[in-house]
Amino acid sequence: MGLSLVEVNSKQRGASSFDEPFYINMGPQHPSTHGVLRLFLELDGETIINCDPKIGYLHRGVEKLAETLNYNQTIVLSDRLDYIASCANNTAFCLAFEKLFGLQVPRRARILRTIVNEMARISSHLLWLATHALDIGAMTVFLYCFRDREWLLNIFEKICGARLTHSYVRVGGVRQDFTLEIIEDLYKFTEVFPERVLEYETLIDVNRIWLERTKNIAVVSAEEAISLGLTGPVLRGSGVPYDVRKFRPYDAYDEVEFEVPIGKNGDVYDRYRVRMEELRQSNKIIRQCLEKLSETEGEPVLPENAPDLLIPERVREPEPKPHPKKGFIFTGKEVPVVPPGEAFASIESPKGELAVYVVSDGTNKPWRLRIRTPSFVHISALPELAKGHMIADLIAIIGTLDVVLGDSDR
Amino acid sequence: MSDLFGELREKFRAQILRLEAGDPPVITLKREGFLEVVKFLKEQGYNHLIDLCGVDYLNFKPEKKEERFEVVYHLYSIERRELIRLKVPIPESDCWQYSLTPFWKTANWFERECYDMFGIKFKGHPDLRRILMPDDWVGYPLRKDYPLELDEEREWKVYKELKERARSS
Amino acid sequence: MGIEKSTIEVMPSVRQIPGTPVFITSIDKIFNWARASSIWPMTFGLACCAIEMMATGASHYDLDRFGIIFRASPRQADCLIVAGTVTKKMAPMIKRVYEQMPEPKYVIAMGSCACSGGIFRTYSTVQGVDEFLPVDIYLPGCPPRPEALIYALLKLQDKIKAESGKWGFWRK
Repeated sequence: MGLSLVEVNSKQRGASSFDEPFYINMGPQHPSTHGVLRLFLELDGETIINCDPKIGYLHRGVEKLAETLNYNQTIVLSDRLDYIASCANNTAFCLAFEKLFGLQVPRRARILRTIVNEMARISSHLLWLATHALDIGAMTVFLYCFRDREWLLNIFEKICGARLTHSYVRVGGVRQDFTLEIIEDLYKFTEVFPERVLEYETLIDVNRIWLERTKNIAVVSAEEAISLGLTGPVLRGSGVPYDVRKFRPYDAYDEVEFEVPIGKNGDVYDRYRVRMEELRQSNKIIRQCLEKLSETEGEPVLPENAPDLLIPERVREPEPKPHPKKGFIFTGKEVPVVPPGEAFASIESPKGELAVYVVSDGTNKPWRLRIRTPSFVHISALPELAKGHMIADLIAIIGTLDVVLGDSDR
Repeated sequence: MSDLFGELREKFRAQILRLEAGDPPVITLKREGFLEVVKFLKEQGYNHLIDLCGVDYLNFKPEKKEERFEVVYHLYSIERRELIRLKVPIPESDCWQYSLTPFWKTANWFERECYDMFGIKFKGHPDLRRILMPDDWVGYPLRKDYPLELDEEREWKVYKELKERARSS
Repeated sequence: MGIEKSTIEVMPSVRQIPGTPVFITSIDKIFNWARASSIWPMTFGLACCAIEMMATGASHYDLDRFGIIFRASPRQADCLIVAGTVTKKMAPMIKRVYEQMPEPKYVIAMGSCACSGGIFRTYSTVQGVDEFLPVDIYLPGCPPRPEALIYALLKLQDKIKAESGKWGFWRK
């Protein structure tokens, strides 16, 4: 089965020098692999010669399960993929389904979606900063970040009743409108939050240990990053300004103004800077969207032709057809609710590009639901990034890729 | 986009099965000569491989598919901001496809996953093993004839032993 | 009985010899008190529930005030919180971690997935961690709130306090 924790070549025992590589297993139970990632390392002393990530310890078969569920039911599964930013997953699923159904999302719903997406980005980045700093050795940042994340989760709870698994975004719009209390809370949050970001930066930005452990670690050039398929802040840290929000705008991102921060060197420190800047930009986007909310007061958040929660297999044709002799008649013909075809949608989730490809066969269940998750791709880049670094740096590299194993294993 | 289609038609008449304009445009290709088309597209600026996945069309109702499997690629050009979808039908009896690992390193894991889930082999892949399922898993889960839940007989044997050990102690 | 005459009962089954700092009680009581007030769970995050477990340990909910401190090694832990979906590929690892923990050890199945498989009734998911581990506390919810985890740990304390004979060489 290959389950032993440390595998030592029998020849090495008793030898005075290690001229052969040393193999060590890291995970799946390890506090800083961010879940159940298992790494099989080939070492020369403490330097990593090769690294073989083994994933699949959280493979729940979401893609297979989705083929047996109704379109709206699959949104519940999407929450459990990247459980730190579930609204982003909801949005990706819904965008693909809306393209398939040919639905138009009302403007207010689009703005609300943008707000919850950016809230998800902030909460994801806060968790990233907390755990990344904790792994490198800064305990205080962890406590600070969780304090503010708790605030955000409370707002989420007011919006949809759940702290982590929101299922707030629905096919065609969102589940319900914001109340005035939520809008007030968000205004308060956006006012205070930039100061808080400054606070985290004061904690670690000039810290010598932090700088030594992040600068010039895991450097990726722009071409290399594109070839490795890296997206999101990891790609932008290498200087490529690719952001799905700008390149293929969805929701209300074409209405708001924001900048896409990019790095220069493509090391761990640059990616940290990019994410910190993104926190500020997200805050700015939420602020702009809140102001736009007052313009669209009273508009519906779900279109009238949005499908029911449980999509029926077929429906009778609702509209009467003109008839040359009898005026109008009901044909009574049964038509499928979901047209056969395929759709592809991708969004900028906090971790990177999240894409959904759905194939429909005309029934109320997807024939194939493919989810391209950023974490999967980022873990696949780990061997390239880790080569030649120390084991201790590997922790920083896993942290900087910001992987969630539920996202990568599906 | 129409220039690209014209150029493709001119250069790769033999390899292209269908060209469909739309959002995004879809190009259905034959497996033979597939790599040349991808190489041409990469030179045209489609440098970001967003996604690579398999689809199983066993008993697919709405249209008759020529072959059971299909490998679907999504390519994106970061400079030109254009998305394109490639489809390659794969027959069940001869279940393999050319690997894209020489062009994109990220294709490595996508193809391993596709192999793990559908059993489509990739020619030229450096390290084709299972990725999500354990190495000694039997069957390809995302095929349409694979059950959603496993009965006692098809259970993975390591887990079966574990359960029996727990029951007897 | 002489003991009852010469001592005062300060708590149920705890007696004090008057005027001295000497207390008489049963050894069960001592062991259970020590175990219940310093539960050291293992950080064993699998999926979504692990995030709530982290939140429970962090600044807002602060588990340290109950004497509960997360340990990263199974050798130092006495409570395994199975937080998240258990897959068949992961099951042997969980069993191994459980076997590495010293006696006495307790298991909390946190979240619907660990209790019963939850919404994931598929080929690769274990339908409840109790198929191969003895579970003490089931904590439903998807994911359970941090308060619920605290409640589960307090329930575990109650359970530990009611135990008897779990010490010495004849223990199970």
